Amino acid sequence: MAQETEKETLDLKEVTIRFAGDSGDGMQLTGSQFSDTTALMGNDLGTLPDYPAEIRAPAGTLYGVSGFQVHFSSSDIHTPGDTPDVLVAMNPAALKKNLADLKRDGIIIVNTDSFDAKNLKLAGYDKNPLDDDTALAGYKVYPVPITTLTSTALKDSGLSIRDINRCKNFFALGLMYWLYNRPLEPTLKWLNSKFKNKPEILNANETALKTGYFFGDTTEIFENRYTVEPAKLKKGTYRNISGNEATALGLVTASIKSGLPLFLGSYPITPATDILQFLAGYKNFGVKTFQAEDEIAGITSAIGAAFSGSLAVTTTSGPGVALKTEAIGLGVMTELPLVVVNVQRGGPSTGLPTKTEQADLLQAVYGRNGEAPIPVLAAATPSDCFYMAMEASRIAVKYMTPVMLLTDGYIGNGTEPWRIPHENEIPEIPVKFATEIEGFAPYSRDENLARPWARPGTPGLAHRIGGLEKANITGNVNYDPSNHDFMVKLREQKIQNIKNDIPDLAVQGDAEGELLVLGWGGTYGAIKEAVDKVTSRGLKVSQAHLKYIHPMPKNTKDVLSKFKKVLIPEINLGQLAKIVRSEFLIDVLQYNLVRGLPFRSSDIENQIVEILGGKNGK
Amino acid sequence: MANNIDAVPVKLTAKDFSSGQDVRWCPGCGDYSILAQVQRSFPEINIPIEKIVWISGIGCSSRFTYYMNTYGFHTIHGRAAAIATGVKIARPDLSVWVATGDGDLMSIGGNHFIHTCRKNVDIKILLFNNEIYGLTKGQYSPTSAKGLVTKTSPYGSVDYPFNPLSLALGAGASFVARTADSEAKHMQEIIKRAAEHKGTAFVEILQNCVIFNDGVFDPITSKENKADKMLILKHGQPMLFGKDNKKGIKLDGFKPVVIDLNDPKNSINDVWVHDEKDISHARAFILAHLADDPELPSPFGVIRQEFKPTYDEGVERQIAHITEKKGKGSLEKLLFNSNTWEVN
Ligand code: SF4
Repeated sequence: MAQETEKETLDLKEVTIRFAGDSGDGMQLTGSQFSDTTALMGNDLGTLPDYPAEIRAPAGTLYGVSGFQVHFSSSDIHTPGDTPDVLVAMNPAALKKNLADLKRDGIIIVNTDSFDAKNLKLAGYDKNPLDDDTALAGYKVYPVPITTLTSTALKDSGLSIRDINRCKNFFALGLMYWLYNRPLEPTLKWLNSKFKNKPEILNANETALKTGYFFGDTTEIFENRYTVEPAKLKKGTYRNISGNEATALGLVTASIKSGLPLFLGSYPITPATDILQFLAGYKNFGVKTFQAEDEIAGITSAIGAAFSGSLAVTTTSGPGVALKTEAIGLGVMTELPLVVVNVQRGGPSTGLPTKTEQADLLQAVYGRNGEAPIPVLAAATPSDCFYMAMEASRIAVKYMTPVMLLTDGYIGNGTEPWRIPHENEIPEIPVKFATEIEGFAPYSRDENLARPWARPGTPGLAHRIGGLEKANITGNVNYDPSNHDFMVKLREQKIQNIKNDIPDLAVQGDAEGELLVLGWGGTYGAIKEAVDKVTSRGLKVSQAHLKYIHPMPKNTKDVLSKFKKVLIPEINLGQLAKIVRSEFLIDVLQYNLVRGLPFRSSDIENQIVEILGGKNGK
Repeated sequence: MANNIDAVPVKLTAKDFSSGQDVRWCPGCGDYSILAQVQRSFPEINIPIEKIVWISGIGCSSRFTYYMNTYGFHTIHGRAAAIATGVKIARPDLSVWVATGDGDLMSIGGNHFIHTCRKNVDIKILLFNNEIYGLTKGQYSPTSAKGLVTKTSPYGSVDYPFNPLSLALGAGASFVARTADSEAKHMQEIIKRAAEHKGTAFVEILQNCVIFNDGVFDPITSKENKADKMLILKHGQPMLFGKDNKKGIKLDGFKPVVIDLNDPKNSINDVWVHDEKDISHARAFILAHLADDPELPSPFGVIRQEFKPTYDEGVERQIAHITEKKGKGSLEKLLFNSNTWEVN
């Protein structure tokens, strides 16, 4: 056992670590274990998994590098961090690909064993950067023979060389736990439940983890350890949650709170598949998941379930929405409640399946044939997906309409601590099915202009609906020109009325002034951090974030018109900017960067400073 | 009677199943007969009106839903089977029917069709096969004969057609049958059989489009031809046809041949006896392709029926099983069921 050598522990306010290696190196697992443990320590955190679309890209190549970034802090934070303080590079390609993002004086921990001629060549290094004084000048480099140390520790494990090599990420994880003063127990517990039927793998991973930890302790190379105190978060019980899991939980919650059975029709698609996977596990909540033959069957089966009285949902990403478009129109015409979740990814076409983007906004708001208005909602953070999934469900059943919920690959896969609400704190979602024969008409209207929901099986209410234009009240097929004009306007009015049923747009900072930064969706954290930073430097900037995009909160125009300038940063070419201009005739400034990655808050910060000339309001 | 449907003794008549809407098919269209036979046979399937749902896609056939006084949903092109699947999974207590055409089911909706059959979702699919696109005014369809001259094939279609029975069998449908608009009684029987079946029931109905493909089935179904060209299959009975049932089908290895029973060399014992429940798929395929040989008649009746658990049953059973094992889900536990920590 290692000698407890006293090394000075330095207290840090925040740290950003990026784990990087081959897509077969288990970096996503390492990163998420580190994040979960860090969450349990009480830090606030944000994560950014960044992995290639190929499951196992050829080993050692630059395009096969998989990364996981975690930012944790002793105070409230909102992003996965702009520039890592620490890079754990499991091979030369991981070093080469990530070095430019690292802080100037950042820490690099490298697995020296992988810096052989073959891997160096694959990464495009002419000579070994570890032997080159200039290549890594300015960084604190800690060379560790991770593969050798792991295999030495596991030489008696009875495992094959291949299996032993697969444990090296746990060595790296153990080392990082030591360096940042985190306990091993949560990961040990996780290993125990994961490998309870494979004792030799369990033991090997445990040994690798502990060996990494003790190596940190005994080796001379690290002068210090670090610690990050727990964040002062609001009182309550917390868990670490990703947006996709939060969406799944929000949907189950909406099902329970509405008393409607949950039906999900879906087809696997990155990065939305997790939602289907989570919901498929909730059988004892009566959840029915239908893995359909294609995207179209995903949504149309859900429409069938909606017609039959379920809380019906389909989950997908942009290319899937394109395929579901005609069916969304059917939902509009037949006025059936349906939640469509789009976990946006880089497009167009297959685009960047594993990367994030916000470029499906216009598709969500306008992308159907005919006048086919639907409410469009967007979640701001991973945990916000929970609340917005419930909101989408509430609006769908109250207004008898399909609702589009936009999330994205970044908040879908990224995690943050979530203060869990208790069941009794969550409001009910009232639903009323039609049962009265007297006076029943399939397209009659309530005070919200919603038509009645008459489930098959209800005696005396047999009726027919369909995609052909309807006469109001009776729902009979009707081709009359004035009826069509009336119905087109009625469907639009129904959606516009939702304005009166959603929270006003809130402003953080002064309610008027020189500059408002207006965002929507998953860019919330980066914008918030940028605005906080420039505000702390004395600049006067306000922030507002749209979660209801169609229709927008009724005070939106008022909010915007109180500012001389409005800046809209978006991970697209200005889609919200277009909508704001056309809705309100208010000009806005755009900031658009479409890299398949979330914004760095510093990018937005620079924009703000540039707009304000660096001196406003001081 | 389909045994998962709450059956109550209701004395209904054909009229009870009419929605009263003006029927708008062309005069003489075979769809009228299908509507009439469905309305006539439905009182006998003993399912209350409110438990019946008709789903259709797009095309002449798909107007069917508007004319039935049941719950109905006229949807979008090709998707009826997928929507019906959603209805049945969500509500296994309902009797779910699809009215569809050859273009709707086998062209734009082909994927949903085969996967519905494969999964054995408990829905009944009536294919109104007129071998043409009617509603778009006469283009060749995936069941049109090769060489058919239509507006989009002015020099004759170069497509090979689907054999609907063979496609359904290949996709794993657990009930595959065939009838014709001109055979009122036979169609009623088949509809009742489909209603009783638990699982995907596929019924091909030869339907005459008087406007764009008039008489296409006359070589089989006309008064002059039917005795020699329609083979009416009966479970457990030898396959006989022709005037006075004096012709029979004999299986010569895998090759079906016609034998003349007037010839003393042939015996009724040589004739192939129809077995709907035959475990082997091979003989069902031979039947489906019988008329590939112009010398042989076309099969009508139930080609194959197989009993296997349905998809929707499987879903219900799994939910019940997991709920029994884990207990009914608690939301509070689900939300807090993770690595949690307290902040004070
Ligand atoms: S076009 Fe043909 S199939 Fe359509 S209604 Fe007329 S006759 Fe019937």
